[in-house]
Amino acid sequence: MSEIREIIDRMNWNITHISETIQKKKENGQKIIGVLPIYAPEELIHAAGMFPVGCWGGSTPISKAAKYFPAFACSIMQAVMEYAEGGAYKELDGFVVSTPCDTLKCVSQDLMTACPGKDVICITYPQNNKPEHAVRFTMTELYKVKAKLEKVCGHKIEDKDISRSIEIYNENRLAMQEFYRITDENPGVIGAKDRHIVAKSSYFMDKEEHTTLVKALNDMLRQAEPTNWTGKKIVLAGIIAEPNEVLDILDEMHLAVVADELAHENRQFRTLVPQGIDQLERLARQYQNMEACSVIYDPEKKRCQLIADLAKNHHADGVIYCQMKFCDPEEFDYPFVKKACEEAEIPLLNLEVDQLTETAGQARTRIQAFAEMLDM
Amino acid sequence: MESEAKKLDSKQLLGKLQVQYYTELAMARKKGRKVCWASSIVPQEFLEAMDVAVCYPENHSAAIAAKKGAMPFIEHAEAMGYSNDICSYARINLAYADIMKSDIVYIPRPDFVVCINNICGVLVKWYENLAKFFNVPYILIDVPYNYEYEVTQERVDYIKEQFKDFIVQLEKICGKPFDYDKFDKVMAISNRTARAWKKAMSYAAQKPSPMDGFNMFNYMSMMVCLRGKESSAELYERIAEEMEENIREQKSQFPGKQKYRIMWDGIACWPYLSHNYKTLLQNGIVIAGSTYPKAWALEYGENSMDDLARTYAGIGNNCCIQRQAEGRADIHKECQVDGVIYHINRSCKIMDFMQPEMRRKIYDMNQIPYISFDGDQSDPKNFSKAQFETRIQGLVENMEERRKEKEVAE
Repeated sequence: MSEIREIIDRMNWNITHISETIQKKKENGQKIIGVLPIYAPEELIHAAGMFPVGCWGGSTPISKAAKYFPAFACSIMQAVMEYAEGGAYKELDGFVVSTPCDTLKCVSQDLMTACPGKDVICITYPQNNKPEHAVRFTMTELYKVKAKLEKVCGHKIEDKDISRSIEIYNENRLAMQEFYRITDENPGVIGAKDRHIVAKSSYFMDKEEHTTLVKALNDMLRQAEPTNWTGKKIVLAGIIAEPNEVLDILDEMHLAVVADELAHENRQFRTLVPQGIDQLERLARQYQNMEACSVIYDPEKKRCQLIADLAKNHHADGVIYCQMKFCDPEEFDYPFVKKACEEAEIPLLNLEVDQLTETAGQARTRIQAFAEMLDM
Repeated sequence: MESEAKKLDSKQLLGKLQVQYYTELAMARKKGRKVCWASSIVPQEFLEAMDVAVCYPENHSAAIAAKKGAMPFIEHAEAMGYSNDICSYARINLAYADIMKSDIVYIPRPDFVVCINNICGVLVKWYENLAKFFNVPYILIDVPYNYEYEVTQERVDYIKEQFKDFIVQLEKICGKPFDYDKFDKVMAISNRTARAWKKAMSYAAQKPSPMDGFNMFNYMSMMVCLRGKESSAELYERIAEEMEENIREQKSQFPGKQKYRIMWDGIACWPYLSHNYKTLLQNGIVIAGSTYPKAWALEYGENSMDDLARTYAGIGNNCCIQRQAEGRADIHKECQVDGVIYHINRSCKIMDFMQPEMRRKIYDMNQIPYISFDGDQSDPKNFSKAQFETRIQGLVENMEERRKEKEVAE
């Protein structure tokens, strides 16, 4: 068990020591690109030899962000603007920002003021993502992103490098998929917070290193004794399951996470970049293949059924819908998630979350009541 | 229609058109027409060409809210599982979809829904829920956010392909081939309406204003609902005539002294329309500028799909901050405004989260005083009369101060 602990601690170190990592990389002449939620062609940043770092907010008190937002913006973007305005991103050379929701459209514009002199590289993925013309449109967007990244890194991004980066990212996705399979088959073999750290650390370290660690972890977890889990099993849905204090509560109450469809976690790993000749087309086709996501046009509301199906297929006792406060796309899905779970007779907790540690207290009462209900 | 229309003044004509519009919607299915629900700045040309009866939920929600009927729907939406943080137009409409009854305005259930996300991304989700709820086809025309200054050709190409799909889907739903001749005619009428609208609303910019700019909120309804009909072109032509008359007779719709000219930035607070109006009137504030005159001046080359796509994709909310700021500064200049009132509309994230930075950008350009207030387009809970009045008072003081400074400088 201690070896498992060691790997997870190392992953966590990368999350908590991101400033040092960035510093070291800068000393070695590497450029750093901040990547905002939800999806971005990170492979292109990697292929350019630059270091992509996730900008998914954090647990920070909000004051400076009030310059840009009234109080009813989601806490991830409040934190992003707080960091931006407060100079926390000063070491970054630029950002890649997609615009899948109204708040991110605004952030893409506000960031230019908050971080003067830094390249804010926007990409608008098509909402209507299935038709062929959407693929062509995505390719034109990717082409522009590539050109802008080339300006930042100062050299051309070669096709062979993109191809190599895609393989590296796909390998990472496969390792994460395997990680989810193993941990889901042996509930409780890893706690909720540790499970989150494994996914989250992918935003804060070299992809190759992350893959190596996940693979090593998978080997150990595969050999771990069955936990013969007597606690309850749950599925997490939503944008992000933070702050960590909420996950501590899950661990404390013996609620094992057997699957998730979080935008911050599983949604990042579940769709591989397909094979193909044109590298940008491959990336565009990956986006075409994505579905059942709250920020991509979903006329059949497949995502809502998927959440109920995940719970059924993983024999979960309940679903916790981590509702990021003020996130429109997720709020619109909720009534249909509720309906799908009711039809499947799966208990559902609508847990309003933000990234602030202080709000975890309210979550405790609600999770506790939910856990007690599952026990009945 | 032409001669009858001439007997009525614009207020009567607007009232008549509104009643007629909703009556026709109620009768549509019986007359064998397909009914669709659509987002406000939809390319109605395609729907009109196929004689589809189009209901506009945003307009419907606003009408319900203006008649003080929002609360039962808002509470119903909450019971359905919708967060109170969601856009109130959407909440009222999704509740209405479940109830399908209103003493204020009735719209029939849809055979299909059409959404274009040119004013916000919320619409994509809202219409997903409608389509799923009614179990009807959903046509989405996706117009990608323009982070670049212009609507790029790549975007135009993508949108044009979606127009082609739109036609195919319409043919399937309506069970008849697409009527290209009628489509051409509707484009011509829509352009005429757009020009008439633009001309009529341009009178608000005159000094003194023959128009009471607050009326733009009401005038707008037919731009939403009947852009493709000659009757609405006639309405706006009538308004223009009346404004000419006012100018000749040195009259104005505004009943008070026009002490200050302002731009109202954002949607109206429908539940408090009369309070807002009275507060402005008491302070001698006339609305001279608004984003609406330009937003609804949807003019395009009549035979150009490129132009049509570009027009519908280039709606203000869908543009980058620089373009939005410059567009507003132009309005301030053209309309010679003394101040600006920004509505921080609790329902509208796309407007609110760019607004503080935009206010600063515009102020840097023209130093015109402004205030903002917290409100909501249709949820009566999210507005405080006292705050609104205090802020207006503050704006008056700032405008007065600036006026004095300018006098001294001159």
